[in-house]
Amino acid sequence: MAGKGVSSDSARPVRSKPWARFVLPTYVFVVMLYTLVPIAVMILYTFNKAPNQRLTFSWHGFTTEWYSKLFEVQDLTQALFHSLEVAVISSIIATALGTPAALALARRKFRGRSGIDLVVVTNLTAPTVVVGASLLGFFIALSIPRGILTILIAHVAFNVAIVIIVVQARVSGFDESLEEAAADLGAPPWIAFWKVTMPLILPGIFSAFLLSFALSIDDYIITSFVAGQTLTFPLWVAGAVKVGIPPQVFVMGTLIFVSGVLIALASLLLQRWGDHGDTVRT
Amino acid sequence: MKSRIAPYLQSAPAMLWLGLFFIVPLLAIVSISLMTGNSIEGYTLTWNFSVFPDSLDQYSAQLGRSFVYGGISTLLALIAMYPVAYWIAFHGGRRKSLFLFLLLLPFLVSFIIRILTWQFILSDDGIVLGTLKDIGILGQNAHILSTPTAVITGLTYDALPWMALPIYVALEKIDRDLVEAAGDLYASGYQQFRRVILPLSAPGIYAGILLVGISNIGDYLSAQILGGPSTTMIGNIIQTQYVQNGDYPVASALSLMLMLALLLCVFVYARVFGTRTIQEYA
Amino acid sequence: MEPIRIQRDPAWIRGMTQPRLSRRQVMKGAAGAALSLGLAQFLAACGLPGSRDTGWTAGTDWNAWWRDQQKNGQFNFASWPLYIDTEGGKHPSLEKFTKQTGIDVTYSPVIQDNASFFSQVSPVLQNGQSIGYDLIVISNGWQLTQLMQNHWLTPLDHSRMPNFQKYAGTVATKLAYDPHLTYCAVWQAGVTAIAYDERQVDGPVDSIEILFDPKYKGKIGMLSDPDELGTAGLLALGINPQTSTYADWKKSAALLTKQRDDGLVRQYYDNSYIKALEDGDLAVTQAYSGDIFQAQNSGYPHLKFVIPKQGAVIWRDNMVIPYHAENPVDAIEWINFAYKPEIAALIADWVNYICPVPAAKPIIADQLDDPTVANSTLVFPSEEDLSRLKEYPVTETIKTHDEWVGLFDPIIQS
Repeated sequence: MAGKGVSSDSARPVRSKPWARFVLPTYVFVVMLYTLVPIAVMILYTFNKAPNQRLTFSWHGFTTEWYSKLFEVQDLTQALFHSLEVAVISSIIATALGTPAALALARRKFRGRSGIDLVVVTNLTAPTVVVGASLLGFFIALSIPRGILTILIAHVAFNVAIVIIVVQARVSGFDESLEEAAADLGAPPWIAFWKVTMPLILPGIFSAFLLSFALSIDDYIITSFVAGQTLTFPLWVAGAVKVGIPPQVFVMGTLIFVSGVLIALASLLLQRWGDHGDTVRT
Repeated sequence: MKSRIAPYLQSAPAMLWLGLFFIVPLLAIVSISLMTGNSIEGYTLTWNFSVFPDSLDQYSAQLGRSFVYGGISTLLALIAMYPVAYWIAFHGGRRKSLFLFLLLLPFLVSFIIRILTWQFILSDDGIVLGTLKDIGILGQNAHILSTPTAVITGLTYDALPWMALPIYVALEKIDRDLVEAAGDLYASGYQQFRRVILPLSAPGIYAGILLVGISNIGDYLSAQILGGPSTTMIGNIIQTQYVQNGDYPVASALSLMLMLALLLCVFVYARVFGTRTIQEYA
Repeated sequence: MEPIRIQRDPAWIRGMTQPRLSRRQVMKGAAGAALSLGLAQFLAACGLPGSRDTGWTAGTDWNAWWRDQQKNGQFNFASWPLYIDTEGGKHPSLEKFTKQTGIDVTYSPVIQDNASFFSQVSPVLQNGQSIGYDLIVISNGWQLTQLMQNHWLTPLDHSRMPNFQKYAGTVATKLAYDPHLTYCAVWQAGVTAIAYDERQVDGPVDSIEILFDPKYKGKIGMLSDPDELGTAGLLALGINPQTSTYADWKKSAALLTKQRDDGLVRQYYDNSYIKALEDGDLAVTQAYSGDIFQAQNSGYPHLKFVIPKQGAVIWRDNMVIPYHAENPVDAIEWINFAYKPEIAALIADWVNYICPVPAAKPIIADQLDDPTVANSTLVFPSEEDLSRLKEYPVTETIKTHDEWVGLFDPIIQS
């Protein structure tokens, strides 16, 4: 990260008054707990027996059956599959489209730059209701049937902006002199880019991909406008709220959560390991 | 090919996609809002500018309510998370990444599931209310669900990580030397905070308020699941009118007005506080 | 960076309010505006299509059409949740059907409410495509009227439905909205009246005015379907919905608005009111007859259903075959099968709504050994019972529909 801040490992604590030593940490602890309570509730209730196949808040007894019966509700499984499908494909497309754009924005000043910036920022700050509604209007006007394709189009649209922002942030701290050095050593520009720059910005591209994936799986509002009859995981769940949600929903939520945690931990470890490797080498 | 057109070519695919599937739809709803007709005969462009004052008149309550709920939840999130971000940035020590990670954990749970768990927790005889009723603090008929309190709780909860992150990033960037210098000049802890840390973290606060405010004002899922009559937000209206009732002109007009209102707020805010773009804090 | 201070000197105010545009910016802005306007005009030329004349063309020879259709061995059935007999995740009536005819049924209980389902399928039908379901169950009302008027339904070939001819009761044969039974075969009918939680409400309930009783403030449920809501108001005012006028509707709206403004209503529910009632969130609510029956038998015996003295409305859910259905022959064979008394008995015994086949009554009483259901007037109403039930107001044109909805939507949606 560019900036004058000191790196996280060596921050010196600011001189603090005694109350800050107790009141503040307690407060932080309480807030953290508060943010984690719903997660705990979700995980807890995956182990609750549910007569009528519907979640209720009363405790009926411990069971792990919902994990084995995970795919029993056909529509839900299909909706989850749609979500995963759209998330993977849209993230790939968005990363492919957004990365070159981010590189162009970060490294060179060119005339259209502020216009592109404007479009990207507008996309990110536009309320999702408006984005969804406008896409639906657009599809209706052109008589494009709503389904997986339109969901995909919508997801790529908002993911491209995310990718551009994230990759741009990572790339702007990048030292171009490395690439120039490679050029000085006789490498043609394409090779210099591929062998020198690319590996170094790859973590940034990867995190952009992950972020798009996460946002796509989770998206409700925009998808609710453009999905037509197709259901994604969040849409299915929102529809089922009225009748009663089957426990499988919380199980899937837990599994998504756990995979997210694992991926985050893995990338953190990889980063640490990468940094450590660098320090050792120099 | 390090020519002048390279950046244009690089950003072209992304811009084409955003142009076609973001900008054009926004323009489409401008023209749709000016159409009249019905679902049987279809809609034609009649330059019906009166749709704007008419729908504003009809739905002014919901629009105002969205800004109120959105504003309150944003403020609550800010007040709640600033100390947390501050503590992690300045007192986190070596376990900063761990705390950050814990803070962002709720992100990994699906948005819809987060709201559902709140429905659980706040249910009439659930964990919270049930206990309070048993103790006798609340009357038997008390309920939080279907009231504005529940909707604001849902909105605030979702906003917490989004608010904490930009503030944390901004706080991290502050050069500790500046703070220590202030201390050397006989500034008390409080003064160090108010005169040095707080102003320097302003861009982060700005970014957080922007992200959270826009997303909350336009949200409709909290109101749909946790709310009741008289908690309907403008997002709900837009969604019902578009997807259910097929009243495209009114829904498009409302979307445009929402977007303009938000842009106006952002513009005023930016002028008053004169801060830079949020791009740095992604 | 300077500390944040909101300045009040004139120079600042000038700076805030005066535009700072250069000539280049103005030209850019103008170009942008011109481009946008051009695009908007282009889009305007497209307009948004309506549904008129997007269905089958008048004069289609349906006898010939049906003759040309083939049996495909499977069909897709969309219906409402909890609306077919269910044992351990399976549906005995559907299984018997598959066993007898070899046709596989994909059953999808995806319909939660007529308006949202209609809004999903109408764009598809308007485009002339199949909605993916060969048989759907729609209540009588505006959406069904539109499906019929837009020619988006396939007329039924009654020669393929002999059981219907033989066994259908008047509840299925006397349809005001489809007098020649061209499109509709009633699945179940039902009554919308009042349900209450015995533990929270004192005394026997016999008047619809309990829905307006301040004693239950915040614990009253109303339905979010404008037809149901508006009709409740009409009944409370002693007006017959079927002959009501716009002036009557306005009175009903005024009454309901007051109910909402007084904070009496907990929420406006679609089918999910039953969950709220079961959870104890509601003391009294508008309700559908079968839901309460089912709830009583699945662990909630304290919930009671009552038809108040002001009367109640009867509605019918109709099996219809959408146009462009891919497996109409298989679908119509199911309709025929469902009207067999033994099968109708199986379904009614579980669903507990008004059964369209009177001959199923003795079967339920004897073979299924369930006299409670067999003798219930809510499942097998007599002719006299039926005559006391009222029908919804008629909104056949988009003008009257908009008037009706325009009065009651704001109450639900505010």
